[in-house]
Amino acid sequence: MIEVENLRVTFRLGKRQVEAVRGVSFDIEEGECLALVGESGSGKSVTARSLVGLAGPAARVEAGTFTVDGRDVRGFAARDWRRLRGRFAGLILQDALVSLDPLRTVGAEITEVLRTHGIGDRGDRPDRVRQLLTDVHVPEPGRRARQYPHQLSGGLRQRALIASAIAGGPRLLIADEPTTALDATVQAQILKLLAERRASGETLLLISHDLAVVSRLADRVLVMKDGRIVESGPTRTLLGGAGHAYTRELISAAGGRRRVTTTAPGEVVAEATALRKVYGDRTVVRDVGLTIRAGEIVGLVGESGSGKTTVAQLLFGLTEPTSGRVRFEGRDFSGVPERARRPIRRRLQLIAQDPLSAFDPRWTVRRIVGEALPRGADPQPILERVGLGADVLDRYPRQLSGGQRQRVAVARAIAPRPSLIICDEPVSALDVSVQAQVLDLLAQIRADDGTALLFISHDLGVIRDLADRVLVMHDGRVVEQGPVRAVFEHAGHEYTRALLSAVPTLEGAA
Amino acid sequence: MIGAVARRAGSGLVVLWAAATAAYLALLAAPGDVVDSIIGDGADSPQIRAQIIAEWHLDRPAVVQYLDYLWRAAQGDLGRSYLLQRPVRDVIGDQLAPTVRLAVAAAVFGVVLALILAVVTRGRWARRVSSTAELVLVSTPPFLIGIVLLSVFSFRFGMFPVSGDRGWAALVLPAVTLGLPIAGVLTQVLRDGLDRALDEPFAVTARARGLTERSVLVRHGLRHSLLPAVSLLGWLFGALIGGSVIIEQVFGRPGLGQVTLQAVSGSDMPVVLAVVVLAAAAFVVVNTAADLAYLIIDPRLRRS
Repeated sequence: MIEVENLRVTFRLGKRQVEAVRGVSFDIEEGECLALVGESGSGKSVTARSLVGLAGPAARVEAGTFTVDGRDVRGFAARDWRRLRGRFAGLILQDALVSLDPLRTVGAEITEVLRTHGIGDRGDRPDRVRQLLTDVHVPEPGRRARQYPHQLSGGLRQRALIASAIAGGPRLLIADEPTTALDATVQAQILKLLAERRASGETLLLISHDLAVVSRLADRVLVMKDGRIVESGPTRTLLGGAGHAYTRELISAAGGRRRVTTTAPGEVVAEATALRKVYGDRTVVRDVGLTIRAGEIVGLVGESGSGKTTVAQLLFGLTEPTSGRVRFEGRDFSGVPERARRPIRRRLQLIAQDPLSAFDPRWTVRRIVGEALPRGADPQPILERVGLGADVLDRYPRQLSGGQRQRVAVARAIAPRPSLIICDEPVSALDVSVQAQVLDLLAQIRADDGTALLFISHDLGVIRDLADRVLVMHDGRVVEQGPVRAVFEHAGHEYTRALLSAVPTLEGAA
Repeated sequence: MIGAVARRAGSGLVVLWAAATAAYLALLAAPGDVVDSIIGDGADSPQIRAQIIAEWHLDRPAVVQYLDYLWRAAQGDLGRSYLLQRPVRDVIGDQLAPTVRLAVAAAVFGVVLALILAVVTRGRWARRVSSTAELVLVSTPPFLIGIVLLSVFSFRFGMFPVSGDRGWAALVLPAVTLGLPIAGVLTQVLRDGLDRALDEPFAVTARARGLTERSVLVRHGLRHSLLPAVSLLGWLFGALIGGSVIIEQVFGRPGLGQVTLQAVSGSDMPVVLAVVVLAAAAFVVVNTAADLAYLIIDPRLRRS
């Protein structure tokens, strides 16, 4: 179906040439599911987009052989590519909130495919749209078609995006990180849907950094690193005992490992009692109680919308609880003016999910970290503690890699020697191997300084590896809590069990 | 919904009142005597002065005059012009139509030109040429553009009348003069918005459906680029008002610009006040229209 030999993609960035893909060769057979695996920057997305001529205007694509559907696409003009897109191959991107036009209804987006390729006539297109939404198991398709992406849940949005990708009846579906932005239970549903599409005869090219997702769907895997394919083979053999060191690293990162030994907790650092938060007529937090002791790592899990971020904001004193109260280091932290909180603010720090938006883009690392230190103090020792060299001092946030940025965020958080650090999804935006390094770092900080961590995540694997205790939130309530091992092995609440069973695990891994 | 409309109307009234009051205070503080303004170049004697004071009720305290003014303005009576000795309503009524024609024509020309330029000049060279031209237009004073256009198209080629307001031909050059700087600013904002929208993942999705680049631009990108442009509506309106005063001078057109100029230089308080209140009212309408436009363009802003 697709034959690629020695594919090279070069980007022109100003005067510099950047080689994103350096000579990859592979075939895609009709009816199979091939997975391209690798971390961000490995060239997997560029490779996949080249297959439909969408590598971008600044890209130069060269290949020894490049046939798609039996036709040589080297020297394809824009209109030749357009005939392939949507009709021969459909593309599904990561997050439907931004991959569907936010200003248009879902129905309009799907209709666009039909109109572009002259499928059906004006009168029967609404029926076709409803049928397509039904095919991807969207309930009430008629009503959903008239809604905008932001009105749909993450899962429904992703289904709608898939419906638009299959509307032209393509034989090949290219899914680029199709489940990365989704909660575990929704992720499982979307994977099932993709498996269904495959069973109905569509060929699937899956791009992912998540080996667990890949192990569920793919027949064959290509592992990419630095623009090259470092290993390829059937999924089972490859994940079972791969030869290449990089693949093994990916597998061990995906498998996870316990990082901490639970120690005797110290005195109470932060305490929340009967927290309740109401926005308008929505109650987002209901009767949440929580105690964090010195040197403890407390995990807070739940899906998006479960209220875990609001709990963090309440603890942090960013918003006042509707009722209930927060105490920090033995003092009232809620229901008091900000002036009363300010003297102890430094003792409470935050590490956000996306440090890029949490840093002033015009500040250098020296200034970002220096701000958290006493005036005139040298930021270098702190940076050394988080494993960064002096070479990053004068760089700006965007000149750092995702992992380096999160290390800077950790450095800034530990600089004032806090007693509690609230970490809100601190590793969700990172590649697995980098994720593992940041988790190691956080475990080390706790061991050295005895700092307590409140670790908020939707990723149960991360919580299992790092936390001493875990609280599971659902619909604004804490539905279960206890030591990590107890909760993971004998979940009492059905929601916790559902969450646990939805976590994709590496199938067939050694 | 009804509450929102009521709030909007209420705040509009407050704006009108504030504008009228501010203008009233400013004129009160301005040098010159009202009686002098009313006499103008006419005969001057103590009897005439006394007569004028009695006739215009100028002997009352300023606060009473102000409250009386507000009370009558609320009933739609804007008073009489000191200079022209006619009801202000008639003075403005006569001159409103030419100015509205000019402003609407200029706005339509500017907006349409900006949309076309932003969509058409996507290539590297077209974009450079267009950006340079926009910069020149934005930084050139409108009267200069007017004079250049006049000397080329009216004096040299005789395509359009030099002055006056007879027929559509006389509207072309003034509207173009007023519209070009507007097009310059809007094109830059629209192009910027398009660039950002076409970089978004949904644009990739749209291309992956087999759409032509032009369709992606028109069906997806343009609407996104309209959002920042809408926030310029207030500025656009200001540019039209300020610009029309000058343009009407350059092209010898009748209109509010002329009236305002005369009224200000002759301390014709009732006319100046009326113009200020009118501008404020129009501004309230324009801003309401902008808020509505946001809701129409971006469904995310509508409350479910």
